[in-house]
Amino acid sequence: MTKCLILSMEEWAEKKNKKKIVVEKINLKIGEFTCVEPISLINTFNAAVLGSWLDSSEITIETIPFEGKCSKCNRLYFPKKENGYKSPCCNFNLEEIISGRELKIASIDFKEK
Amino acid sequence: MHLPISDKIELNILHQNSHQAEKNKVKFNNYNLLCLNIMSSPGAGKTRLLEITLEDLSKKFHSAVLEGDMTTNLDAARLEKLNIPVVPITTGRACHLDANMVCGGLKLLEKKINPDLLDILLVENVGNLVCPAEFEIGEHFKVALLSITEGEDKPLKYPIMFREADLILITKVDLLPHLNFDINELKSNIASTNPKADVIEISSITKSGFDLWQDWIRKKILKFKNN
Ligand SMILES: Nc1nc2c(ncn2[C@@H]2O[C@H](COP(=O)(O)OP(=O)(O)OP(=O)(O)O)[C@@H](O)[C@H]2O)c(=O)[nH]1
Ligand SMILES: [Mg+2]
Ligand SMILES: [Zn+2]
Ligand SMILES: [Zn+2]
Ligand SMILES: [Zn+2]
Repeated sequence: MTKCLILSMEEWAEKKNKKKIVVEKINLKIGEFTCVEPISLINTFNAAVLGSWLDSSEITIETIPFEGKCSKCNRLYFPKKENGYKSPCCNFNLEEIISGRELKIASIDFKEK
Repeated sequence: MHLPISDKIELNILHQNSHQAEKNKVKFNNYNLLCLNIMSSPGAGKTRLLEITLEDLSKKFHSAVLEGDMTTNLDAARLEKLNIPVVPITTGRACHLDANMVCGGLKLLEKKINPDLLDILLVENVGNLVCPAEFEIGEHFKVALLSITEGEDKPLKYPIMFREADLILITKVDLLPHLNFDINELKSNIASTNPKADVIEISSITKSGFDLWQDWIRKKILKFKNN
């Protein structure tokens, strides 16, 4: 995942002169229902970019809640592992996920030197 | 220094992988080749499953394997004994296959055989319950294995792989009499995590469940060919 993040940043920077910009912040939106553990993403990113053009960039992560929709009554709810993601209203299995699968770079804050 | 600029790109971190996966899928479709992405934790029985499956399957359908492994070619060597095209993909430090690696594997496969002649490509992913599920490789279906020695709670602990799977194989069910394992609890956890998945109980020792699994594959191949 860290590799994909860095590749995405490289792609973004292609149109710019990397030597002339300083990326201050990379603002991510990471869903709760993904394989990504925010802390470990930040740690592996910081280790991977040491000495590179992203060395001084900081990652911020906005966690997007895991939200599902009850297929019986259409109510939105926050699925919990403890009760098998079932809806609290009708005790229905989780069919539709509304949010929580995001793995996104929302925005990049940078300065031109 | 100028004032900071905020570039609101709203870009999927995995978009490059998704683009490549789409390209792989176009290739598979052009070859009329059904691709299954086979995933599980280390040792759940992927290679053993393929060995047994292919003994029979390769008599009915032209089959090939891409074998993902971090550092060794041991699994690929096991499958080469079946006299079908096998391409090892060594992922190095990466704990999953990505679309680029599979594209490379497909190029090597093209050197061994004209993929137009193939019906099915089985891809054994790296043994890992976490990230393989997030990386599309261009597959038509995802198959997740879960062995009963791993515990009833695994679908809830590592939900993404089981949520994304089209078929979940509960493996090593021959061990049931020896373990204090509640298979109904496992099945209920699977149904909670992914109510839409097909589920088959299977054993590579007694061969129970292989008829259902072979039938599942056969139907998918025939449906794919008729589309
Ligand atoms: N009892 C029993 N053992 C099995 C079964 N299937 C596989 N095994 C054993 O489980 C071990 C691991 O099997 P593999 O097929 O190598 O597992 P794998 O998922 O390919 O492992 P990695 O590729 O390392 O992730 C081997 O010792 C197999 O003989 C089964 O159905 N029952
Ligand atoms: Mg294996
Ligand atoms: Zn409801
Ligand atoms: Zn792109
Ligand atoms: Zn990985």
